[in-house]
Amino acid sequence: MDICTNLSLSNINKSLNMPPQLKRLIPLFAIFIFLFLAARSFLVPKSFGEQGHYRFNSIAENKEKAMIYAGKEACDDCHSDRIQEMETDLHKGISCETCHGPGSAHIANPDSIKPMIPKGRDFCGMCHSLNPSRSKLVHQVDLKEHNVTENCIECHNPHLPCQMKK
Amino acid sequence: MGSLLVTTSLFTPFNAVVYAVERPKDPSKTWWGYGIDIEKCIGCGRCANACKTENNIPKQPFYFRTWVEQYTIKNDGTVKVESPNGGIDGFVQSVPPEDIFKAFFVPKLCNHCYKSPCVQACPVGATYETPDGVVMVDETYCIGCRYCVQACPYGCRYINPAKNVADKCTLCYHRISKGKTTACVEVCPTHARILGNLNDPKSPLVKFMKEHTCLVLKPHLNTGSKCFYNALSGEVR
Repeated sequence: MDICTNLSLSNINKSLNMPPQLKRLIPLFAIFIFLFLAARSFLVPKSFGEQGHYRFNSIAENKEKAMIYAGKEACDDCHSDRIQEMETDLHKGISCETCHGPGSAHIANPDSIKPMIPKGRDFCGMCHSLNPSRSKLVHQVDLKEHNVTENCIECHNPHLPCQMKK
Repeated sequence: MGSLLVTTSLFTPFNAVVYAVERPKDPSKTWWGYGIDIEKCIGCGRCANACKTENNIPKQPFYFRTWVEQYTIKNDGTVKVESPNGGIDGFVQSVPPEDIFKAFFVPKLCNHCYKSPCVQACPVGATYETPDGVVMVDETYCIGCRYCVQACPYGCRYINPAKNVADKCTLCYHRISKGKTTACVEVCPTHARILGNLNDPKSPLVKFMKEHTCLVLKPHLNTGSKCFYNALSGEVR
């Protein structure tokens, strides 16, 4: 401790007797440090470092994005009869948007924008085609054998899968 | 002058920059986590499709925030992993059934680690952990250096070709902060995906973790992953 303070004090004493070319450098260093601090205050964003090594306002910006999928509760406002009907059959608990796609645009313009109605065999096959990796809890059919010429929804009601249309 | 600096730094050393965000001790504060039940996943790929729609991700099959992998363990012990277009177009099992010992689907997404390797790798502070435990990217600040893409041991990051910045799962932060669930959880038909607050004993995720033996991916890396898998096989990487 004592040695250290002695050392630093002797350094300061020496610095007073420093050569003139070094003394001229002191204001130059001061200008550089000032420029650095000035540039730093302009370049570092306002909320940087508020909570950690990042721009805190970025969290609020990430929150602002618009939702594309509206959620089942939003569908329930108009289509509660359909949702209640679905609860009685095997497809209960499945969100409307799983099959019908994102619904926010439809909720904003219910008359002009309609959600998609998937009709192809391949769409149902994403969950129901025969695949040994799939859980046995889901009914599976071999799409290459099962009524190849017809679409699934011609016979099956997708909202009430246990009921057959014909 | 130099020795003065050395002496002062001995008494007040520079503070180490701490990257790990602590789990809030206050039980009223949120600490987001994610659960995946491999037994329930049927590989329909609706989650990957919904994620791309919700977050406006390029449709080419290289850019995913979440995707599904089909693991097939053959009788001879070899493992085949497939993920055609992230599973969005569905899966076909290419291995004949008599050769299959075990086959299952593994959905993948950002593990939202609380000791994230990607956050530690970022040289400019463009990626960070929020106080509620979500790892996000500040796309106005990212310089596109790709360090984080290399640092993530789970391969959950990519460079957005339109903006040329790093992009990743935000756990649908714009949805969960408004009380909605994420797009992938919303559309999952079998409820194989669970979003929840780990600090809330009543949340569906805490219930799921109590009822099942849950594991995280690559636990030896000590990343603090908050993505918990039920029925995770040792073959899954």
